[in-house]
Amino acid sequence: MATSTTAPDADRREPQAGSPARRPARRPRGPRRSLLPYLLLVPAIVLELAIHVIPMVVGVWMSLLELTQFHIRDWSTAPFIGLENYRATLDLNSAAGKELLHSFWVTLAYSLLSVGFAWLLGISAAVVLQKPFRGRAILRALFLTPYALPVYAAVITWSFLLQRDTGLVNHVLVDQLGLLNERPFWLIGDNSFWSLLVVSVWRNWPFAFLCLMAGLQNVPGELYEAAAIDGAGFWRRLRSVTLPMLRPVNLVLLLVLFLWTFNDFNTPYVLFGGSAPEQADLISIHIYRSSFKTWDFGSGSAMSVALLLFLLIVSAAYLLITNRRRDDHA
Amino acid sequence: MSRRHLGIFTAAVLAAASLTACGGSGDDSAAAPKTLTYWASNQGASLEADKTTLQPELDKFEKQTGIKVTVEVVPWSDLLNRLLAAAASGKGPDVVNIGNTWSASLQATGALVEFDDAALQAVGGKDRIVPAALAAAGAPGKPPAAVPLYSMAYSLYYNKKAFADAGITAPPTTWEQLAEYGKKLSTGGKWGLAIEGANPSENAHHAFTFSQQYGGEWFDSAGKPTFDTPQNVSAIKRYIDFMAADKITNPSNAEYAQNQSVSDFANGKAAMLLWQSAGSNLKTQNMPADAYGVAPVPFLASPPAGGKKVNSMVAGINMAVFKHTKNKDGALSFVKFMTSDEEQTILNKTYGSLPAVKTAASDPAFSATEQKTIQETLATTAAPLPQVPEESTFETLVGTAMKELFADAASGKPVTEESVKAKLTDAQQKMR
Repeated sequence: MATSTTAPDADRREPQAGSPARRPARRPRGPRRSLLPYLLLVPAIVLELAIHVIPMVVGVWMSLLELTQFHIRDWSTAPFIGLENYRATLDLNSAAGKELLHSFWVTLAYSLLSVGFAWLLGISAAVVLQKPFRGRAILRALFLTPYALPVYAAVITWSFLLQRDTGLVNHVLVDQLGLLNERPFWLIGDNSFWSLLVVSVWRNWPFAFLCLMAGLQNVPGELYEAAAIDGAGFWRRLRSVTLPMLRPVNLVLLLVLFLWTFNDFNTPYVLFGGSAPEQADLISIHIYRSSFKTWDFGSGSAMSVALLLFLLIVSAAYLLITNRRRDDHA
Repeated sequence: MSRRHLGIFTAAVLAAASLTACGGSGDDSAAAPKTLTYWASNQGASLEADKTTLQPELDKFEKQTGIKVTVEVVPWSDLLNRLLAAAASGKGPDVVNIGNTWSASLQATGALVEFDDAALQAVGGKDRIVPAALAAAGAPGKPPAAVPLYSMAYSLYYNKKAFADAGITAPPTTWEQLAEYGKKLSTGGKWGLAIEGANPSENAHHAFTFSQQYGGEWFDSAGKPTFDTPQNVSAIKRYIDFMAADKITNPSNAEYAQNQSVSDFANGKAAMLLWQSAGSNLKTQNMPADAYGVAPVPFLASPPAGGKKVNSMVAGINMAVFKHTKNKDGALSFVKFMTSDEEQTILNKTYGSLPAVKTAASDPAFSATEQKTIQETLATTAAPLPQVPEESTFETLVGTAMKELFADAASGKPVTEESVKAKLTDAQQKMR
């Protein structure tokens, strides 16, 4: 494969007297020339090792150690305890295991709902803004604002809005509209899950909108014209033209959004601080608390590895199923 | 090697070299012998206010020793994480402030310089330091891992006008009285007692004091957690009941974690507050010193068997030196400077805390009611939190359990002995 990069014409040419072709550099190229592609790959391999592979191996190794504050300064001296961290954190009869399972379900519900709503809003906005009209550019820019804002600034503003006594949300709901008699809590208790979901959807839907809008640019206008001639209405065109043509974009978009949301740390951390209410205790916060608040880095690593495996399996299954469907359609 | 190959090889070497160069850029300031970096904890009204307070003193130190100190004021919410990161990586500042309750936990990392007799001598000698403060500077039986800088204790702050309007003539001395007065004061949108219900550290401090009064302990003599004992359950329930049963605390306090309870007290929305050295904070919020009274934290009217006469933790801020410093002598001389009589007087006066050295404590600046109360408490009825390596974990687990109990109370869910015990059992099981 590597030898195919040599230029075959160069060897067929007749060497001329006194020309540079007589020098050794113009000899037929063999194994030395084949090193080039590998050398070109070296920076990528070094970076990949440094950024992904080595930290991942270190993370797996840490999950097998009793790594607490006693050994954090030189973690290689921490006692090796095998799978004990996995047993302790994944044992569903223990308090830690039950809490982890609870966090898992909360995170799964949060991710599915957040991705679902973000996608719905994104596709609705993209379809509405597909046709040119006055003010479309302004609306586009406006819709993208949540995505452009720094996470911290945006989420901390939400936390102010959602305060029980002084927040704008309760002021509007209770004082101005009179929809509720009592001021509900949004940042603690049962409502905290829904607050987190709203903030997450608000942050994520512009990304879905952006991707879907870009995807819609590639749908040929003739398809809509043909559909219109066949008498297809708006919903039929959406179902039979738009969505099938957006399929490749959706496949990637939904997977990426799901993975981001499932691992989301910034939104709950800024909204609730390091100890989120149990109703909104996402797995990322849970792992953070184990590692950095209770200084049990071994357990934190074990949970991270388990989470990574879960997400790998989900991603692989998702890609397998969607690819198979695509093959079936082909 | 052909010229082309040589070019590629050179490019690869340069790329690799640039990568390693990125990783190698360290903290140059620490390498220079005449500079120090210092992480100061946030003591005043804001990070900027602290910097303004500290900078003239640091300039004074530079003038005296030629050592320039670069200060960064770190908010409390970030401090422990950043200290841990510095301890783990061996990179970071030379001198730091630590909350004194974390002393044993941070000492266990092995990253802090231990103040043996020689090191204590280098910073002015052991005998200068207030003994209670020194007891909260490291694990028992080991040299301290830090030197006390500011001393504090919890006191009961009460609004004089609110008390007078309700016909109350003296601050409560028992929790029963506090609940009774609180009910009288909880009218017209105002509340009896302000609580920082969503702040795990704050909750854990009260967990300690109440537990002591009920005869409980959070760790046994072997250092094993004893979270869900009947004494601790009663203690936690008593504290949560100010909101759940007595209803003298605004349910909104269940989401307070940014010192909003101090603001509520300063603004007259709450008539009582349990806090450490709140005076300087209240002053910045325009509450004049004569508008509030300061009294010792109450006790139980009839303590159960084993109940101790403890009404505060030994609170305070310590100064520690990282072992990774390249200027240990300079760091120790900075600690000595900050704990000198002159600096202790200046800084503690500004922050409303007490000097951690005996020689400065007699200064008239510390004779106001607030300081006298703190002094009295520290001398007679304060006890240090358990100096065990798992202390910071205790703060997180028990403090968070209490945050959840407050959330239940605020939303009207019952808080019972069983629900308190279940939370504490869960917290205990999570200790490794």
